[in-house]
Amino acid sequence: MTIINHVPVLLVAIPIIASLLILAAGWYDRRFCYPIALITILSQFVASIAILLQVLDGGTIHYHLGNWAPPLGIELVIDSFNGFILVAILLLAAATIIYARRSVEKEIAPDKIVSFYVLFQLLVTGLVGMTITGDIFNLYVFLEISSIAAYTLIASSRKPHSYVASFNYLILGSIAAGFILLGIGNLYVATGTLNMAELAVMLPASYHLATIHSAFLFLMIGFSIKVAFFPLHLWLPDAYAESPSAVTVLISTVMAKVSVYALFRILFTVFTTAYIIDSFPVTGFILLMSTVAIVAGAVLAIAQEDLKRMLAYSSVSQIGYIMFALGVANEIALEGGLLHILGHAVMKGCLFMVAGMIIYRMGTSRLSDMKGLSKTMPISCAAFALAGASMIGIPPTIGFMSKYYLVLGAFEAGLWPYAAVLLIGSLLAAIYIWRFIEIAYFGDPHGADHNEEQTQTAEREGPLSMLAPMVGLAILCLLFGIFVEVLMQAVGPAALLLLGGA
Amino acid sequence: MADINGIFPAVVIAIPLLASVLILATGRYENLREGVTITAASAMLGAVLLMLPGVLAGNRFTFTLLPMVPGGDFALKVDAFGMVFALVAASLFLLNSFYAIGYMRALKEHAQTRFFFCLAVAIAAAIGIAFSANLLTLFVFYEILTIITYPLVVHVETPEAMKAGRKYLAYLLIGGIFLLAAVILTYILTGTTDFVAGGFLAGSGSALTLQILFLLFMVGFVKAAWMPLHGWLPAAMVAPTPVSAFLHAVAVVTAGVFGIVRIAGWVFGMDLMAMLGLGTFLAIIASFTIIVASLFALAEDNLKRRLAYSTVSQLSYILLGVSMLSIAGMTGAMAHIPIHAFLKITLFFVAGAVIVSAGKERISEMKGIGRKMPVTAVMFAAAAIGICGLPPLAGIISKIYLALGAVEGGVPFLLLVIIISAVLNAAYFFPIIYTMLFETPDDPKVLASVSEPPLTMLIPIVLTAGVSVLIFFFPSMPFMDLIEIAIAEITHQVLP
Repeated sequence: MTIINHVPVLLVAIPIIASLLILAAGWYDRRFCYPIALITILSQFVASIAILLQVLDGGTIHYHLGNWAPPLGIELVIDSFNGFILVAILLLAAATIIYARRSVEKEIAPDKIVSFYVLFQLLVTGLVGMTITGDIFNLYVFLEISSIAAYTLIASSRKPHSYVASFNYLILGSIAAGFILLGIGNLYVATGTLNMAELAVMLPASYHLATIHSAFLFLMIGFSIKVAFFPLHLWLPDAYAESPSAVTVLISTVMAKVSVYALFRILFTVFTTAYIIDSFPVTGFILLMSTVAIVAGAVLAIAQEDLKRMLAYSSVSQIGYIMFALGVANEIALEGGLLHILGHAVMKGCLFMVAGMIIYRMGTSRLSDMKGLSKTMPISCAAFALAGASMIGIPPTIGFMSKYYLVLGAFEAGLWPYAAVLLIGSLLAAIYIWRFIEIAYFGDPHGADHNEEQTQTAEREGPLSMLAPMVGLAILCLLFGIFVEVLMQAVGPAALLLLGGA
Repeated sequence: MADINGIFPAVVIAIPLLASVLILATGRYENLREGVTITAASAMLGAVLLMLPGVLAGNRFTFTLLPMVPGGDFALKVDAFGMVFALVAASLFLLNSFYAIGYMRALKEHAQTRFFFCLAVAIAAAIGIAFSANLLTLFVFYEILTIITYPLVVHVETPEAMKAGRKYLAYLLIGGIFLLAAVILTYILTGTTDFVAGGFLAGSGSALTLQILFLLFMVGFVKAAWMPLHGWLPAAMVAPTPVSAFLHAVAVVTAGVFGIVRIAGWVFGMDLMAMLGLGTFLAIIASFTIIVASLFALAEDNLKRRLAYSTVSQLSYILLGVSMLSIAGMTGAMAHIPIHAFLKITLFFVAGAVIVSAGKERISEMKGIGRKMPVTAVMFAAAAIGICGLPPLAGIISKIYLALGAVEGGVPFLLLVIIISAVLNAAYFFPIIYTMLFETPDDPKVLASVSEPPLTMLIPIVLTAGVSVLIFFFPSMPFMDLIEIAIAEITHQVLP
């Protein structure tokens, strides 16, 4: 066996070692932390692309930890679905770590920077682990690693509100974890295995059992909290709005998407469409709730006065789009959903980076303080406009492509009224995105401001290390949209795989 | 009749896109920036003209840029009808660019780099609409056109402009959503969205489904400003005059009517539309719009707003022509696109020239202005006469075809609409001509410092009016020839 065959395990093992290394090196000199984290995450990203190409070329990779064959040992499985997700999240993680350095210097107390990078690395590792594991209990373990890292990171901001946000998330996240653990326990009781592939084989025999139904519900509720599926989103706005900018970017993109991945993985490959459509018909309900989420999230976003909070509620709405794909559960809609997992991560990452940049320069994220911002921060505002256009679904951005697939899927399934809701959702998105555009581009910074104090406008763009990943993601919104066919080579097989095909 | 595959159509679209980047890069050096605009506009017109002989010979230029999504590749196809729109857009854009430079400099407008950047992207989108090979590509360019013209509409950034901008976006984005729904429904019904001369929807769904589909398309092409969905167009008059010219003649409303004609001829087909009774539906909308918008125009004292209602009314001539579902009617509809564009842009150019030279927007304040700016005022009179459909200007050509279509189609009622509308046109245009040329100002000092506008504005005015005369004397070259080919395509005639 050459080193290439061990890449899956190295993807998790090396970052864990790296996080310890960051701790040790940071003890010696704080400046070592960032390069180690940067190199680790970048090499993870490169490795993930190599793995995805290998999967698309040669089929699913199974890696048995310590050569213990499942069901006894833990198995890492990488197929076209999680290979795609893996690349998506590591792309975002890489962009975030580049962005993080200057942002963190500004927003986090110097003595906490070492622990910030340790936790950042652990969070990414936990999420990568969740993505590639083939063992459902192992998935739970990685979920806890990432969650605990996330609770701590959210609280690492200097703002007192961030403690409350973190605590809220801790409580709700723990409830979710409890549900998930109960669900896994039930599955184990019914089948005696924790390997996901084996579960999929053994479960059909017990589809009628109440144990399985309750397991399904526990898992469903648990992960719905984790993905912030309306109305279980209550932790999300605070957690996104109050945490440091770099953390917001990471949890709103990478972490949110991995939770969605886990939900898809369990619903489609552990329980399979046979269960969620025939034995325990739940897709109709999911569909209904997803349309509620789309509209409610967008309306709440429109009502916000704070940029980060607005974007946070927008996430609630956009999660609705992804869940919509789950509810329709045909090939085209799932392709749209998977595209939206990547697309939403890229655009929301970019938008939160812009928000972070504005905080970096102005110290505020209140929308009303941003009048005429485009004159001093033209690049940031242009990036926002581009990513925002993608959020609305203006062609030819990635946001349009994913919505197109979703609407097409809904039409094909004959769900016309639901398709209409999708389209209305993108109009609502236009309203909240446009508020920023109007204020930033056409607002007058010296206009009739009734406040006594003159608001502080940013004087110039942020540093290059923050600009570069932000602009990169904005351009990706466009490139992914134009060259969507390239993405479809991974998304197509993944959607088929979810539906139980090849 | 052959399809010639090659990258050329994409180059035409790439030229203004490249220029838009250069405009941003050279924003600090005004002369250089304007040089980029003019060079790109000339190059684009040249590139369109290079394809003209090929299209006139009955060929089509095709190019597939990229595979996109199920329902359509990102593909371009230059056919005779697309060429009509592209020629109008490219030639008027060049003139409009000269005019815009003169206008913006004379008024020392702010944010000129943004202005010219948006114009360059917008013209790329307009040409893209003209060259789209399928509904999906058309939709992509249509949406880009909506978004990129927004900064132009709100250019002055006053609260009034922002409000108008919101109205503009609300109408056009909601329209865009209907269009997307229509495109997807078409794909679901037929498995394709590629334009086929003569239509491809026949037999793909029940009559009701197809009727609903047509309604979706109509709302989708809200850029055609048919009543009662016209509110955005007069509101958008707050924009600088070159933008109004761009909206009314070069690209935006033209894109709307272009879309409807495309749908009628290349998606539904005239036979299917007749079978579904859509001609009657369209005729009602068009007649209503023509008459009511003319009445609105009568009541307006603001020159630009009166012209806006005139556009709303004139655009429905095109819909009226389509509604006749006959060869003469369709010819009239297609011919009215370039003819109206050249006439209306002249009128807007004059309205802008009066703003620059005299600062007047109200018709009642323009008494005797023709004595100070005789060339401008005479050009206005000429174009207005053209719109009313009097010789020797182009307006009469399309009206003759429309009248023929009404008689041929056995709907004399439509003839009545055309006649009433001609009277109303005269009623709202002749007083302006009279006020400008023959009345004397109440206070002679008011106009003391008024003179002709700068040459960059005056020459485009003379040229557009001149072209309108040329079209009257030489209708076949090139527009009527192109239209003849397009009509032959959709009726499956064999050309002699």
